[in-house]
Amino acid sequence: MQYTNITFDIAQILALLVVVTLLVRHFGGYMKRVYQGERNLLSPVLGPLERVVYRISGIGSDAEMNWKQYAVSMLIFNFVGMVVMFAILMLQGYLPLNPSKFPGFSWHLAINTAISFVTNTNWQAYSGESAASYFSQILVLMVHQFLSAASGMAIVIAFIRGIVRRKAETLGNFWVDLTRGVLYILLPIAFISALVLVSQGVIQNFSPYKSIQLLEPTSYEKPKLDEKGEAIKDASGKPITEKVIVKEQTLPMGPVASQEAIKGFGTNGGGFFNANSSHPFENPTPFSNVFEIFLILIIPAGLTYTFGRMAGNTRQGWAIYTAMMLLFVLAIGALYWAEYNGNPLIHRLGVPGINMEGKEVRFGLGGSVLFSASTTATSCGAVNNMHDSLTPLGGMVPMVLILLGEVVFGGVGSGLYTMLAFAIIAVFAAGLMIGRTPEYLGKKIEVTEMWMSVITVLAAGVFVLIFVSIALLVPAGLSSMSNSGPHGLSEVLYAFASQANNNGSAFAGLNGNTVFYNLTGSLAMLAGRFAPALAVLAMAGSLVKKKFVPPSLGTLPTDKLPFIIWLVSVVLIVGALTFFPALALGPIVEHMIMQGGI
Amino acid sequence: MDKAKKISKGIFDPKLMKAAFVDSFKKLDPRALWRNPVMLSVEAGSAITTVIFIYNLITGKGEPTWFTGMVSIWLWLTVIFATFAEALAEGRGKARAESMRKTRTEVMAKKLKKPELGGTYELVPSVQLRKGDLILVEAKDVIASDGEVIAGAALVNEAAITGESAPVVRESGGDRSAVTGGTQVIANSIVVRITADPGETFLDRMISMVEGAKRRKTPNEIALEVLLVALTIVFFLVVLNLSPLSIYSVKAMGQGQPVTLVVMVSLFVCLIPTTIAALLPAIGIAGMDRLFQKNVIVLSGRAIEAAGDVNVLLLDKTGTITLGDRQAVAFIPVKGYSEKELAEAALMASLTDETPEGRSIVVLAKQKYNLRITELPKNAVTITFSAETRTSGVDLDGHAYRKGAADAIMRYVQSEGASIPNDINGHVTEISKSGGTPLVVSDNSVILGVIHLKDILKGGIQERFLQLRSMGIRTVMITGDNPLTAAAIATEAQVDDFLAQAKPEDKLRLIRENQEQGYMVAMTGDGTNDAPALAQADVAVAMNTGTQPAREAANIIDLDSNPTKLLDIVEIGKQILMTRGTLTTFSISNDVAKYFAIIPAAFASIYPKLGILNVMHLATPFSAILSAVIFNAIIIPLLIPLALKGTKYRPMPAERLLIYNLLIYGVGGLLAPFAGIKLIDVLINILL
Repeated sequence: MQYTNITFDIAQILALLVVVTLLVRHFGGYMKRVYQGERNLLSPVLGPLERVVYRISGIGSDAEMNWKQYAVSMLIFNFVGMVVMFAILMLQGYLPLNPSKFPGFSWHLAINTAISFVTNTNWQAYSGESAASYFSQILVLMVHQFLSAASGMAIVIAFIRGIVRRKAETLGNFWVDLTRGVLYILLPIAFISALVLVSQGVIQNFSPYKSIQLLEPTSYEKPKLDEKGEAIKDASGKPITEKVIVKEQTLPMGPVASQEAIKGFGTNGGGFFNANSSHPFENPTPFSNVFEIFLILIIPAGLTYTFGRMAGNTRQGWAIYTAMMLLFVLAIGALYWAEYNGNPLIHRLGVPGINMEGKEVRFGLGGSVLFSASTTATSCGAVNNMHDSLTPLGGMVPMVLILLGEVVFGGVGSGLYTMLAFAIIAVFAAGLMIGRTPEYLGKKIEVTEMWMSVITVLAAGVFVLIFVSIALLVPAGLSSMSNSGPHGLSEVLYAFASQANNNGSAFAGLNGNTVFYNLTGSLAMLAGRFAPALAVLAMAGSLVKKKFVPPSLGTLPTDKLPFIIWLVSVVLIVGALTFFPALALGPIVEHMIMQGGI
Repeated sequence: MDKAKKISKGIFDPKLMKAAFVDSFKKLDPRALWRNPVMLSVEAGSAITTVIFIYNLITGKGEPTWFTGMVSIWLWLTVIFATFAEALAEGRGKARAESMRKTRTEVMAKKLKKPELGGTYELVPSVQLRKGDLILVEAKDVIASDGEVIAGAALVNEAAITGESAPVVRESGGDRSAVTGGTQVIANSIVVRITADPGETFLDRMISMVEGAKRRKTPNEIALEVLLVALTIVFFLVVLNLSPLSIYSVKAMGQGQPVTLVVMVSLFVCLIPTTIAALLPAIGIAGMDRLFQKNVIVLSGRAIEAAGDVNVLLLDKTGTITLGDRQAVAFIPVKGYSEKELAEAALMASLTDETPEGRSIVVLAKQKYNLRITELPKNAVTITFSAETRTSGVDLDGHAYRKGAADAIMRYVQSEGASIPNDINGHVTEISKSGGTPLVVSDNSVILGVIHLKDILKGGIQERFLQLRSMGIRTVMITGDNPLTAAAIATEAQVDDFLAQAKPEDKLRLIRENQEQGYMVAMTGDGTNDAPALAQADVAVAMNTGTQPAREAANIIDLDSNPTKLLDIVEIGKQILMTRGTLTTFSISNDVAKYFAIIPAAFASIYPKLGILNVMHLATPFSAILSAVIFNAIIIPLLIPLALKGTKYRPMPAERLLIYNLLIYGVGGLLAPFAGIKLIDVLINILL
């Protein structure tokens, strides 16, 4: 039984990569014009609106900020968002637009969810259709998918200004960058994308959940519970079960399409339903699948070109893009290979072929692999198949993409600034090797830049290591695992990797909605988001003051292939060195066990 | 090749090695090691394993004592190798400082009240001299402190500073007025105004620089250390993480033991960038020392780093690009005369001319036309050069041989009533255009032709500039010549640009303009009027023969006073940076192999299957871990020669240099430890 056609898969993957690459220029160029306040396609329509926003809010569009002011504005904005979100989630039972009468979140789940959406992580320890009201979904969760994305983009734009401006003090205005990101980039395209998705069958309504008669009633064995809610066991210690016959099904409804668009486009990943993009109401067709992948990739990919344009040298942007693309293609290839080879244990049972467990037949192997790689390469975290069900090595690929710091395109804004921090570290070693004190794009890399780059690149990894260590030692950490052995380890590693790197996807096996995981996860998300963000802004503050050193033959060319390959190696080596032991005891050993016992 | 041999022998001089050996133990003091956090953490690791070893020894529990013992020994060796490298690099500087300190021994100075050579003086110890004091220094006196000659002239032996035994003239006024404390007056007397307080003299600064006592880390060194410390912190967490990972896995699999502390420490030390951290101080010190071998004193570490970054070199024409003097290269007769006739007249006119130009005319005439005049006829009358006539020559047997600048000779000839040949102006202009100097020769008011005097470029200077260009460094020639001559020489020497008829303020402006555009500028100077430009330049090399203001404005002093040194300084600056870069890359690439050695060994009891990662097929878990530890330690002394001599610098464009170094130190660093660890493992298992 074959669920996939390898030629079609390759064609689909190539087509997507080509389309993204072709549109990077246009999209990146558009974003550059937006952030530099130049006239663009939409300014006749949105320009007046932008000015109204400034007049009402009292933002001076030409009031420039230094890095500290920029950082403080960013922090205040995010903190206020977090508090509001926390309050609404706690109080949603008393708020309107709650046809299913969901009660408020528990305090720790509300904290976790508020932080999750502010940090652009969209780790969901709840399932949307059975816990969140429409009010919460739209006003809290969806709005923040816009705001957290715009916030990340503003930071990278400020950072680019830090590199590009010479002997200056200021990095732009946070509120202006935020407004422009939402108004010109996220809203219009989210609107069009939502329409495209509706055309494919994604729902958009405020109806109560629908009950539908099943065509064929099914039955299952349910364990009998005593008064305390614990399973009653028979003499031999097995739980006593009773047969339950199911005749009808509840179909959750809701304003899905609008959230679906920004979910991908802002690399948020917070799905309306728990099943995320594998749910037919979120992602009904192979076309909607590829379209969602495209949405996930286009901003982070386009920002590399924005960077090149703002730096006045598009080759520099393309160099970063090429490095990302190299890693991306490697990842897709590895994931496809692992899943294509399938599981020998199942093969031995007489079921040959690829590993389709946890995947949707309508997407096939290609559509699933492409989605998994894209969602973890960026910090999206939406899923259209269950990563927990990937083969061990297959599951390691998304994990590694996350653990590398999500620099393969990465989150909107955060991906590029983390990659640029990697580039600065790579430049430092390479620059020394050619006998000069290192410089990137004409700016000298000195002590401050090194500290800040190192923090940007390593912060998330440090927190992953710390929290994984804790979770593996305390009972509260161990009790949430649904699998023992190496796979359980992978689940914990994936959970913290995903949160600390603000991805939000899950290796579904782990029960994340406990006080322990909600709180440790919150800390990981906060640290993983704001430590690099602040470091990047501080670095921008230092870089912006420096003079520009014009390039010469003796300058390290950062736009040529040798440097690109060196950059890719640095990313891989830093990731590999940090996580080799954990990966060895998780997915790698699991793979060996799968291949032939212990 | 010979030179390299000499240097390597210098570094590994047994006497220095012995001193460094003793020092390397002194440096184990954690308070001293604090400056090198990475090695300090290795020392902490060594202490931990040593305690465990003693515990094993006493209780007989835990891992085999030979294993914990060997690991402890090699971890200690890792630290000692690092301190040894630093001590060795410092050794030669210390020895030199010692000998300099001897010259600093207290002398009695003759302190004057008035700046007069014959004035009365009182004897005071040199440590009591302050800035502005006046002292008298007579023959055989040692000059008590740094100062400026304000009266008189004397012959001074500066061997104590420069190592050059030929005495030099120091006189008041002009560019040779600076004297250095510790040097000795050989003849005559001078009055010196003291310019430095005790402890701040040139000798003091030199001693503290070569000794490394005041050595502060350079900005780039600190930035590199940030990277190394950050990696150390991450690897600390990685290794800590190992414990819960293995405890969990033991529980999950129901077999094996969690990783022990000794294994964790071993992995930690292997992973953190010990190689570069151990050698980092040595690289900087050795670089300074290499410059010192070339008689260049770097007064700030920042300057040498800047030297590696220099984009623009300002070079004085005379002495750097050209030999000091112009030389005759051709005789060009006017119509009607032969070259030989002109050569004869030129020879006669120059017979008594003792200037280098004059002698070069004699030499050329003798060589080219085999003219032989062994001695000057007795009846010859020498006409010396004077400001009015601007000609010189010899009157002999009724002939009046003259040579001089074209306009001067023409005026002389016209005043004698003779005519001027039509083609003479053409020849003169042609020579001027080519950058040469024309000297017109006449015999009894008849113009015979022109001598072509030319600036002679130093040998190999074009190649040097070509190399500099390929390194991305622009050279600018500074000269007092007129633009025409300057352009011609600039073309011949292949410098990128020139500044003709340069005045001191032009230099300053040129430096500022270049710095505005973001360039790093290096220059050499010696005169007082160079001081502002020197103070402005990023890399400022003052000649030791220069004036005190020039020497104070500079951040590098060339004791040989050879302006070509600037090129060496740039090269060594680059070498220091490159050595840091290549060893960092090497150090981090090494980690991959060490993981493959240690991880399968550490988890062998839990997951024997992980043995598949044991790609080196190391014999036992214990020998695998020990091999990695030994390799990690032993690579340090193996790389000491590289750290001390510096990565070889090849002038080539940055991109090619990067590929080259990435292949050797990146790919090489990835592969070398696989072979090394395997080899050590084989040896261990033979010995066991």
